Amino acid sequence: MENKKIKVALVGNPNCGKTSLFNALTGLNQKVANFPGVTVDKKTGYCKLSDAKGNTIDAEIIDLPGTYSLYPKSMDEHVTFQLLCDPRNPLHPDVTLVIADASNLKRSLFLCSQIIDLKTPVVLALNMMDLVVKKGLEINIPMLEKKLGIKVIPINAREKIGIDELKKAISGDLTAPRADFINIRSFAPEVVDLIQKTIHVNSDYVAFQIANNYELIPFFNQNPQKKEVIKSFLDEHKFNSSSLQATETLERYKILAEKVIKDVVIQKDIQQKKQFTSKLDRLLTHKVFGYVFFLLILFLIFQAVFAWSTLPMEWVQKGFQKLSEVTQNALPPGFVNDLLVNGIFAGLSGIVVFIPQIAILFTFIAILEDTGYMARVSFIMDKLLRKFGLNGKSIIPLVSGVACAVPAIMSTRTIQSWKERTITILVTPLMSCSARIPVYTLLISMVVPNRYVLYSINLQGLVLMALYLIGFLTALFAAFLLSLVLKAKERGYYIMEMPVYRMPRWSNIGITIIEKVKIFLFDAGKVIIAISIVLWFLASFGPGDRFKNIEHKYSKTEFTKNLTSQEIKRHIQSEKIAASYAGSFGRLIEPVIKPLGFDWKIGIALITSFAAREAFVGTMATIYSVGEEDSHESIKEKMMADINPQTLKPTYTVAVGYSLMIFYAFAMQCMSTLAVVYRETKSWKIPVFQFAYMGVLAYIASFVIYHIFK
Amino acid sequence: MDKNISMDKMKVGQSALIVSFTDELMSLKLLEMGCVPGELVILECKAPLGDPISISVSGYLLSLRIDEACTVIVAIQD
Repeated sequence: MENKKIKVALVGNPNCGKTSLFNALTGLNQKVANFPGVTVDKKTGYCKLSDAKGNTIDAEIIDLPGTYSLYPKSMDEHVTFQLLCDPRNPLHPDVTLVIADASNLKRSLFLCSQIIDLKTPVVLALNMMDLVVKKGLEINIPMLEKKLGIKVIPINAREKIGIDELKKAISGDLTAPRADFINIRSFAPEVVDLIQKTIHVNSDYVAFQIANNYELIPFFNQNPQKKEVIKSFLDEHKFNSSSLQATETLERYKILAEKVIKDVVIQKDIQQKKQFTSKLDRLLTHKVFGYVFFLLILFLIFQAVFAWSTLPMEWVQKGFQKLSEVTQNALPPGFVNDLLVNGIFAGLSGIVVFIPQIAILFTFIAILEDTGYMARVSFIMDKLLRKFGLNGKSIIPLVSGVACAVPAIMSTRTIQSWKERTITILVTPLMSCSARIPVYTLLISMVVPNRYVLYSINLQGLVLMALYLIGFLTALFAAFLLSLVLKAKERGYYIMEMPVYRMPRWSNIGITIIEKVKIFLFDAGKVIIAISIVLWFLASFGPGDRFKNIEHKYSKTEFTKNLTSQEIKRHIQSEKIAASYAGSFGRLIEPVIKPLGFDWKIGIALITSFAAREAFVGTMATIYSVGEEDSHESIKEKMMADINPQTLKPTYTVAVGYSLMIFYAFAMQCMSTLAVVYRETKSWKIPVFQFAYMGVLAYIASFVIYHIFK
Repeated sequence: MDKNISMDKMKVGQSALIVSFTDELMSLKLLEMGCVPGELVILECKAPLGDPISISVSGYLLSLRIDEACTVIVAIQD
């Protein structure tokens, strides 16, 4: 027999332990998808319950974005509203599980009281009971159940206490709450009647909620006449949504204070000593110590993402190299072999190599979030960054962007405001990431003399630092301009709860890391694989018989008699890339990039760099047929010896070198970043715009630099 | 005796009662977070640059920007 299936919506305030409870209920049995039509992540998990008769029930738990009220104020809250208040929504729950922070009982019960009035079965999980005891309070649970008319289960989500009782309550025979918490009908009787008749809902409060936000209900968008009727009816009855909302909120808080909290919460001992959180806040938001501490944290994150990830990243690269070698030798040479090794494995390696950095960065971010420190970061950085249209929390992605933009962009999730988050995503790739280092060092060694100025300052080091600085300042400037251009989608609030400091939970952190890695691998990974196959095709095939002709040429002995077999192989590769589609493309764009001082060979490298910026060095090595075993020096020598056939002067002048460096500083040449921006913004609009604006910026800046130094 | 001021003018450590709001949309957000008229607020601390500020209200800490705090009228308690 098929098991009974139920849908459970998990609702609660931000910072009330909702994620801990979700993890405790579902373990690793979770997945992240999209709510249809919006950019909000839909986290669902599964858990097995059993009813009184011992039958198994499959519960699908839907983790809804944290909210303080049912009235939607942000995109995230639209989802919560639509799911709970629209009975026609395919995800409309059978049971709503409300989680409340017991140490913040009044505010948590406010949301709960709204959900009670929706008249679907409700279970209340009272979390953080340990904090209640610490505050010297006691909560009378049976009394609370009586007052609210719903089942109440005290839990400690972090310690997984009370989870079994909670599961039992969800699987029990639940009925909708019988009594209304407040008499909402009296607020607007005619409106409630009309909505109930139009869309067939029994609860007065659902009807009232729909009257406030009928635009968000798909039913009315499918039936425009009915929408018109509602609209004119509301106008006619002077239905003032804001003022009714305020009245409702006040009414609920009044009842909570006078009729619920007073009888339920018992003050046991009065020893209201200054709380630990307040003391720690004094220190961590202090003028001097606060910033020193934050700088230390940033330094640690930076070190970790940069240095600790080097070894695992090497393992990934070596592992894939080995796999490629084995495959290359095991399979007969030809199209499949080449596609597998140079197309698919290269792409896969380019994806997997990011995992160490993502895992390390999110370990830190999860700790910062779990302990409550992230809210303080926002608090002390907000005024500085707000001037540039950014959020206090933007500092974390910006700094991590110096290591790699991919995990940095994934970490913008913590920024609630759509506008500030989008700006952060748009400017983070301007920070000088580690993939630019090989390009910079090669070019600097070519065009900047290794000299000391003022006795102690190395000129090459100075230029490298200037490039980092240019990236950072441009990011701030671009953010400022974007903040003037971008229109906010919703009214932004800073208003934010400062959660109490708590110890992090390792199981939560582990689940966060797994979730982030999965999102990257499966969502961004698809795009990266596709692009890397296209890039492989461009570099490995050429129009017409060109490739055959090259092989034919080198099969004759007059060309090869003075060369070793290694050298022949390199010459063939070098000529092939020049003859490939990528080579043709390089020549095609040569007139466009010529004003920047670039030739078609650089054009090829610009295209292959799209896989990852450091591919510039490898491509140059192939074009100038330098072997892998040769050092950096030999690429440099070959490039510097290159003579422009038209001017008969060296191709790589100082002007070209600087122009190229600036181009790499600004241009969006990273498919992985674009793929992750697409994943995080759920549309191609932002990544395409980002590619365009950074490209234009790079082009103009390189043009100017080239003409200054020429 | 007029001790009504906007919340951004409060000093650290001072306590006050919420009286009213000057911005309707902002008030809706604050109300649902438990900042209802008559509720006691204490200014716990200010960010190093004076903005945002952190208040304790209804048993928890809430941080808000100065331009948000100035829409809340409070009566200073002695």
